[in-house]
Amino acid sequence: MFGTDGSTQTYSGTWVIAAFWSTLRVFAGFAIAAALGIGLGIAIGWSRRFEIIVEPTLQVLRPIPPVSWIPLAIVWFGIANKPAIFLVFLGTFFPILLNTIHGVKTCDRMLIRAGAMVGGTPRQLLRHIVFPAALPDIFAGLRIGIGSAWMLTVTAEMVAVKSGLGYTLWDSYYFMRYDIVIAAMISIGLLGYGSDFLVRKVMARVLHWQHGTTLQGEQG
Amino acid sequence: MPVIEINGVCKAFRDAKRNVEVTALAGVDLAVERNQFICLLGPSGCGKSTLLNMIAGFERPTEGSVKVDGQLVTGPGADRGVVFQQPTLMPWLPVWENVAFHLLMRGGQKGAHRRTAQTFIDMVGLTGFEDHYPAELSGGMSQRVGIARALLMNPRVILMDEPFSALDEQTRMQMQGELVRLWQHHEGTVVFVTHGIDEALTLGTHVVVMSARPGKIRAVVPLDLPRPRDITSPAFNDLKRYVLEMLHVDRSNS
Repeated sequence: MFGTDGSTQTYSGTWVIAAFWSTLRVFAGFAIAAALGIGLGIAIGWSRRFEIIVEPTLQVLRPIPPVSWIPLAIVWFGIANKPAIFLVFLGTFFPILLNTIHGVKTCDRMLIRAGAMVGGTPRQLLRHIVFPAALPDIFAGLRIGIGSAWMLTVTAEMVAVKSGLGYTLWDSYYFMRYDIVIAAMISIGLLGYGSDFLVRKVMARVLHWQHGTTLQGEQG
Repeated sequence: MPVIEINGVCKAFRDAKRNVEVTALAGVDLAVERNQFICLLGPSGCGKSTLLNMIAGFERPTEGSVKVDGQLVTGPGADRGVVFQQPTLMPWLPVWENVAFHLLMRGGQKGAHRRTAQTFIDMVGLTGFEDHYPAELSGGMSQRVGIARALLMNPRVILMDEPFSALDEQTRMQMQGELVRLWQHHEGTVVFVTHGIDEALTLGTHVVVMSARPGKIRAVVPLDLPRPRDITSPAFNDLKRYVLEMLHVDRSNS
């Protein structure tokens, strides 16, 4: 159905489906990583006790390349969407987590003092001061994340999934259809660019107050 | 009953690197009555900001007690409005949301909060800048936002930590004039930390002269100069000489 029957002609018409699956995996993994990374990052950055408990484990997991999880991912999830989403999650989680921690930790103490002065409870300070103050760093993490998300989706699709642009790329390599290999590469590049553009758009919207303080003006 | 009561307050910091105790304040007693405008004046390192931070609840005394309205201060609270040395505004919020931060944090009707904020924005002369962001304001304007934010909470006391020290001379004098006008109009208790003698003598109903290392109160000087005060008048100069001498005695002793 996706050109696996040996015929080199049947790739035609499959681009939309392949692109759809890859995009879906990218955004599923990215969304889970963003939710967990931002949530855990705020907790670690805010609470010293939580940091002491959780950080060592995370720092041991971090140097393990996401790709090396592929065998386990296949054992756990089989050959389908899940191992790819899991891989994307692993690759995007850490940059989002580390940037969020940094953003929370570098939040201006005086702003927190000002918030306490107007009668804020710790929870209110977290929501109304620490979180918005950390947003520029969080977005930096999200942008790094969305970049590696495409790398990992394609890698996973080459090995552990039977659909998507990565699969098309690897499969057409077996048939020596280098034109399709290159077409798939360009597609990945364009889709990657598109998703980064989307993240940048959201960022410009959320961080609109930064314009005027930065030199870049209204780029992005 | 005084609004602020400070009894036998000592504050020692531990210098962890050198493993020594540094005494910032030693045995400070002070009572501030309602509607007084107290200026804490002293050289840098005399603990005047530390004293203010203890009234604000950001720091705790090592010994002694600080009471506001008869209540022991255990932490910061909305009954004490603080204007910081740096404006410390939330850069992601427009002026009016910074002013109404106290209300917005509690939720409720945004429209009503905006109307409340408007009153205070007008009061500090920032009408028309409601939707500007802090990055678009000058230093003086930012401090006005900080003052409006403190006033909006309708606090029992307003604590100001060298709020005009980063401003240029002209802006500072203008802001001093407006602060006195606001204070006269609204009747409130103000504690104002400064290292400027002219500033202290221009603003206060009393000047509390402090000495350094360890920080102590040297004298409380009541001021009965008529307002607006003329900083070039002989009476002003006499007081200035008197206060200067007190600060100099301090220097020759240490």
